[in-house]
Amino acid sequence: MNALSNAWFDTEDLALRLRRHVVRMCASGKSSHVGSGLSMADIVAVLYGEVMRLAPADPRWPGRDHFILSKGHAGACVYAALAERGFMPVETLDTHYRNGSVLSGHVNHKGVPGVELSTGSLGHGLGVGAGMAMQLRRAGGTQRVYVVLSDGECDEGSNWEAILFAAHHRLSNLCAVVDYNKLQSLASVENTIGLEPFADKWRAFGWSVAEIDGHDHGALKRAFAEAATGDRPTCVLAHTVKGRGVSFMENQVLWHYRAPAGEEFVAALRELGVADA
Amino acid sequence: MRDSFIRALTELAGEDPRTMLVNGDLGFSVLDDFRARFPGNYVNAGVAEQNMTAVACGMALAGARSYTYSIANFPTLRCLEQLRNDVCYHRADVTVVAVGGGFSYGQLGMSHFATEDLAILRALPEMVVVAPSDPWQAYALTRQLHARGGPAYLRLDKAQAGLPEGEVVLGQVRTVRDGADAVIFAVGGILGEALAAAEMLAEDGVSVRVVDVHTLKPFDAEGVCAAARACSYVLTLEEHSVIGGLGGAVAEACLEGGVAVRGFTRVGLDDLYPSEVGDQQYLRAHYGVDRHAVAIRLRTMMGLDTLVPSRHRKISSSVEPLAAGEERTV
Repeated sequence: MNALSNAWFDTEDLALRLRRHVVRMCASGKSSHVGSGLSMADIVAVLYGEVMRLAPADPRWPGRDHFILSKGHAGACVYAALAERGFMPVETLDTHYRNGSVLSGHVNHKGVPGVELSTGSLGHGLGVGAGMAMQLRRAGGTQRVYVVLSDGECDEGSNWEAILFAAHHRLSNLCAVVDYNKLQSLASVENTIGLEPFADKWRAFGWSVAEIDGHDHGALKRAFAEAATGDRPTCVLAHTVKGRGVSFMENQVLWHYRAPAGEEFVAALRELGVADA
Repeated sequence: MRDSFIRALTELAGEDPRTMLVNGDLGFSVLDDFRARFPGNYVNAGVAEQNMTAVACGMALAGARSYTYSIANFPTLRCLEQLRNDVCYHRADVTVVAVGGGFSYGQLGMSHFATEDLAILRALPEMVVVAPSDPWQAYALTRQLHARGGPAYLRLDKAQAGLPEGEVVLGQVRTVRDGADAVIFAVGGILGEALAAAEMLAEDGVSVRVVDVHTLKPFDAEGVCAAARACSYVLTLEEHSVIGGLGGAVAEACLEGGVAVRGFTRVGLDDLYPSEVGDQQYLRAHYGVDRHAVAIRLRTMMGLDTLVPSRHRKISSSVEPLAAGEERTV
């Protein structure tokens, strides 16, 4: 493995590790958004484990691909990926939510090597990602920019400003990934502000769209490979299950908020292959 | 001031290829030369200020030195959270340029009046806040801001003080008229009204110092306190709400600096929305932020006047709430 190139992790194994970290971090920190982290664990594992060019020993390496978590509330999953990739010790994850920690609930760049953008207020990441993509292209680089959004986040008008902009400027080095788990803060997306026909909206705005199963690593890898060869920005519309991997958390709005405790914590980790939590 | 800014930016683009102007679809004809000479340093983000700011921030984080450009409140209040969370929190090298401070766009109405921007932008950590008083200052301060790097806010007025070119240093107040009885601190082009008021008062034998506070942040508390200490009576003048802008900054500096002034008055827009139609000077007079208002308020504070026109007596705390359907008369 070259420190300044792609790492070829077993992404399925990495995704499982990320899910265990997310459950542990949300339990120990008594924090919300466990379902959001589990939902996108496969997307993050494929990006951090295989697709993105990263240099954990040199987080600001100019040749790196850029990752932005626009759905900042799922920060635990990204912290876990950074730790697994060696940007920080895995033990640091234990400090999530603690007084004096650098690991806030919403993803934070201060004190956390590898985080490009702090987010938390929704609808910020794609525009900043578009700016990064434009500047990287302007400087003649081949780096790519990946922005992971939630579905509920697409209610924010600022995203659609960025979607227009990126298409107009054919920012082919920009890839948006929507973690389309169909649940937002209080209810289903469909019963809140419906997004369908969602893929058509992106296409109509001038983006390439890859509509895939967001838990299928092969499909994710093919989509990212194809996105890298296109002449326009790509939206990977990743159909996912909120809470994926822990049966009683799947498709439940409750687990947008609830932190697993006691029996729930033990049962969740058992489902993720940890016999004695 | 706008043309002076663009002249400075055009030079900077030639000197520093990282310079990037992210425009909010405004500046008809005045940006043509910049675009023609530096097409690779220019992008029009369209009528989308949140995205304009986000793109400028993303470009800065990836190595550019970004400028956003629009009028009045569009590049500031419309996208305030992008400034707060993206630009300032990440210390991104973005300079926000707003043309049309205060009542610059007089007849266009309240949507185009930047009258709370200084207070709001001043509250953002990392943000430098600059409002030049003359075109030559806009030029010089643009270059100084570029040397320093963002986050920064550059507020450009249509009106200008009309002073000859001199030395200006980012973050340092300038004494533009000597005086010993009272001091007027002013920010932006309205400095010209302060100077005119000082001239009127001189005819009455009152010696008024005038200080140009072109940089509201970082705030030159030392310079402000020295002038306030020397002159005893302090008046602040801004084409901006009396809440939180220059008046607030001067008051904070004086109190914290232990300066016991004999009188303190903020002249600015009362805590209301201006709805009167008129040009910049008309609106200044109507809302009591012109030379006459300054002279009267200063004389009153110093105990030289007993008769005060009612519209100049009102201060924000005395404004009664409106009943439903009632209109404010000034």
